[in-house]
Parts: sequence; structure tokens; C-alpha cells
Amino acid sequence: MSVTAAAGDSALQVNGGAYEAVIGIECHVELKTETKMFCGCRNVFGSEPNTNVCPVCLGYPGALPVPNRLAIEAIVKAGLAFGAEIPPFSKFDRKNYFYPDMPKNYQISQYDTPFTRGGVVSFWLPDGTQRQIRLTRIHLEEDTGKSIHAGSTDGRLGGSTHSLVDFNRAGVPLMECVSEPDIRSAVEAVAYLEALKRTFVALGVSDVKMEEGSLRCDANVSIRPTGASELGTKTEIKNMNSFRSVQRAIGNEISRQAEALSRGERIVQETRGWDEVAETTIVQRSKEEAHDYRYFPDPDLVPIEFAARDIARLRDELVTLPQPRLERLILHDRVSVVQAHQLIDTPGLADYYEETVALSEAPQATLNFVLGELSRLANETATAVASSALTPKALAEIVDLTSRGAINSKTAKDIIARVWSEGGSPAEIVEREGLGQVSDPAAVDGFVREVIAAQAESVENFRNGKETVLKFLIGQVMKTSRGKADPKLAEERLRALIAGSDP
Amino acid sequence: MSSGQIDVAYVAKLARLALSSDEVERFGAQLGALLEHVQTLQKLPTADVAATAQVIPSVNVMRDDVARPSLPRDVVLEAAPQRQGSYFRVPRILGEPG
Repeated sequence: MSVTAAAGDSALQVNGGAYEAVIGIECHVELKTETKMFCGCRNVFGSEPNTNVCPVCLGYPGALPVPNRLAIEAIVKAGLAFGAEIPPFSKFDRKNYFYPDMPKNYQISQYDTPFTRGGVVSFWLPDGTQRQIRLTRIHLEEDTGKSIHAGSTDGRLGGSTHSLVDFNRAGVPLMECVSEPDIRSAVEAVAYLEALKRTFVALGVSDVKMEEGSLRCDANVSIRPTGASELGTKTEIKNMNSFRSVQRAIGNEISRQAEALSRGERIVQETRGWDEVAETTIVQRSKEEAHDYRYFPDPDLVPIEFAARDIARLRDELVTLPQPRLERLILHDRVSVVQAHQLIDTPGLADYYEETVALSEAPQATLNFVLGELSRLANETATAVASSALTPKALAEIVDLTSRGAINSKTAKDIIARVWSEGGSPAEIVEREGLGQVSDPAAVDGFVREVIAAQAESVENFRNGKETVLKFLIGQVMKTSRGKADPKLAEERLRALIAGSDP
Repeated sequence: MSSGQIDVAYVAKLARLALSSDEVERFGAQLGALLEHVQTLQKLPTADVAATAQVIPSVNVMRDDVARPSLPRDVVLEAAPQRQGSYFRVPRILGEPG
């Protein structure tokens, strides 16, 4: 048996041959609406059990569903954000199966007429590689209730004696995003999900919180000789409850398949659940037991038709999307992939950065302040950068003052801290309080001479080769100049004047 | 079309119906008669008729995203075959959902 997985788990070796993983992801995203998909019950997480339920979402005989317009608009926007096609005709179908958390014994879903088809999810990997994953479709369905498996020691299905059901989640609008099998590694799978999340959060269509179950995903995983066009036998991985478990579960499954193949075994098509504790996937269901859902059009619901102008209106309502923004930051402003994501993933920070750059016209210097001093202050004061008293205009003034050498970096930091809480114009503060950087050699010499006279012992040590003392002496010059001396010039003049003076 | 073309036992299993072998035979014959009727319908010329998923001549029936009162929990749980506290209680679940 011989299996090696290189860093980033995309390069895989089975008995000396190069293999690649082929991964497709189905992910379910709960839409953020006031009410459920087909009734007026509230769509909120964390309510008292069975308090947001009515005859429609409990599947009482004769109760009739009416679709939520906002949810349908949300899924269309989600599709448009990825460049998907919005077919002019869509309908809802019934997916028939029995499970205690599904009161009607069918789930209203979409079979052959999803609201969106195609589209591409683009993203960058942490190493700077850009990837594009094709979407097959995004369709709309209703969520199921939640069951708690009671009587078992760990709250899971195995060993439970009975279950308790809460139908608050039953009927919550749920989009299912299905990708093509374009994903090639566990790292990519997580980056893909993060790209979906980022876009849905920006659109405001979902909270996308895996810990609250508003994002749930399954992965289809297979491996094949690199470059082969035929797909290997796939397994479906379920029970991944965090981005971390997605990465570990898929990585683990790729290795498991590679090891099986290298032992000459065949991969069996089956559903496997990720066991967080055992760190492995466990068989849940083989293909032979696969369900037959007998989809058919829901006779209680009439079709949805979109005119071109409806779609144009929704397209106009799209906010600034993270993907084009990342592209602008990375490709135009030359911001690093990591920093660009820091900007994008902190609410309001990219807006703030862009507004500042529009005034400062200095992307790199602005970025350094935004991700450095401003982010530090934001953490320290638990205030978003955008809600501080330091406006983009004020920051642009600071960028300008420092790049012209009018103030040094220490003064810049001091002013930022002041304006952060008090507001005001940095340029005016510098002017009024005479905080401008002293870059005139004669003036700096004055401070340097003062320091040499006061610190005879340190000067002597420096003269005797103790290079580190220079830092202390520069500090003294800064102190004497009340932080205004140009530190580079101070160092230069200290060296020159100490060398030129007698011991 | 003969009833042999419907796997009654399989359909019964999907519908969670426990049928005796007599019932499988009886319902098989009845379902076969239904299929024969459909076959008669299939003789109609429908080449010019567009496929439809709905017989109601209506589209885009939707509601605004506005909350309406839900049912009181006790009323809901009174109708449950079994309740436990704030929950519906159901027998042990044997497998993962569909």
C-alpha cells in the first residue's frame, strides 16, 4: 500500500500514480426572511420549541401554502450574484419521503425547474491561486423541523429510545446550492463555501451561520487518475458541522479512498457520516437503499414566471458584491490575497478603505493604516472602524501628511488615536499644535546636541562599539523634540555628530 | 397494460403500507385498471397542447413577507399523538432522513 498526499492535499499518489480528488458540494442555506416560505409564521432561530407553527407548516389537511415573495426574490438575487441564468418559468414540486421532522410526508422543493441555473463561484485560495467553480443550480425548498434524539448518552441517533420534534424550523425557506464536481481539494471546498457565505451575507439574504444551522452542506467525493475524464465512484459525506469539519472530513475521505484503491479494493457508492470525535467517516446508507422520491408538481402551488423587467429590477438591487471587490483589490490595488480578505470580511472595512483611497489615492499606505492602527483601535475599543470619529477624509489627510513627510509615523499614530475618539481634522491639529515633523537638519542638530550633552555615558558606550545604545539615543532625540524629529534624520545626525565630536 | 407493470409491493413499501399478499393482488388489479384508463387518454392527439404542471390558469400567486400569528403551543401539542414537555414525542428513528 502506498499513498501520499502532498501539502494542500491536491496532489495525491496511489501506488506511484498521480491521482486527483473530484468534489461536488450541495449546500443548504436558510434565507433570512421575517416569515417562513409558505406561511406567516416567524422565521427566527432560538424561539421556544413549537411556538412558530401553524396549520400550513404543520401540514394539517386542507391547509394551503402561499409562497413568500421576498424568499423568491432572494434566491434570484443569489443566482444573479454568480451570473446564473434565471429561467422565465419555475414551479414547485413535492419530494416524497417519510421522516418525523417533516410533517406533510413530503417536502415542497423544486425538481426540474429550479429558480436559477448555472453560474460561477470565483475565489482565491490562501496561496494566491484563483479558482472558479461552476454552479449547477440553486433551487428553493422548505426546511424540515428539528429532532432531538433522546435516551442516548450523546444525543445522537444511535442508541436513542425516542425523539423529540420541534417544528419551528419546518417551512423555513431554504436554498440548495449544487456545484459541479469542480472542486479538487478539501482546502478548495472550504474556500468555495466561504465565497458563497461572503456573497450571501453581502446580499443580506442569509446569516449563513453553520453553528446555527443556517448553512449545512454535504460533499460528493471521488478520486481518479489525474487528467482522467471519467469520474471515480463517489461517496456522499454528511454531518459536517463547521468549516473545520468540512476540511477534515473531505481530507479524511480522500485519504480513505486512496488507501482503499492502493490495497486493490473498490470504492462503494454510499453515504458516509463524519464522526467528529473518531475523526473518520462512517457508512450510513449504501446505494441499494437509495430513496425514490417520486417528485411531482405540487398541485397546491401555481407556477412562478419572471419577465425580463422583473429580473432587471432585482439585478439593479444587487449591492456591491465581494467578488468584484476582491478582484479590484487584488488585481488593481495590488493588495495581497490575505489582506484583501481581511478588508472584505470585516463589516464596513472595505467601504471605509475604498472611500479613503478615493481621497488619498495611495492604496498601500491607506491599507497599512486601515489594517494596522485602525484595526488595532477597533479591537481595543470594540468599535467598528466606520463608526469611529475618524472619517475616511481624516484618514486621507493622515496618509497625505505622512507621505509628504510632514509628520512622522509616531505623530501619525498619536493623531489617529486622538481623532478616533474626538474627531476633527488631522491637518488642522498638526498646524495648530505645531506637530509637523522637523526635517530641517539644522533644527534636528539642535536636538541631537542637547541629547549628546545630557547623555555623556551612553554616547561613550556607543563610541566604544555598543551599537544598541543608538536606539536609546534616537528615542531621547524624539523625546526632546516632542516626537517631531524625523527619526531617520535623527539617526543620521546622531552618528555624524558623535563621530565628529571629541570624547 | 397489465397490473404486472406496477410493482405493488414496492409502491406499498414507499407509502409505508403493510399489505397482505391478497391485497397486493387486489390493488394490483385496480391500479392496472387505472393504467388502462390512462392508456385510453394517451390516444388523444396532444401534439399541439403545451405540457403543463398545473390545471389552474394562474401564475405568480405570492404573499408579502409579513408575519401572522402562529398557533398557541398547547393547542398544537394537544393534537399530538404523544407530547413531552414542549415537544412532539415520536418513536425511535431508525435511519437518517432522505
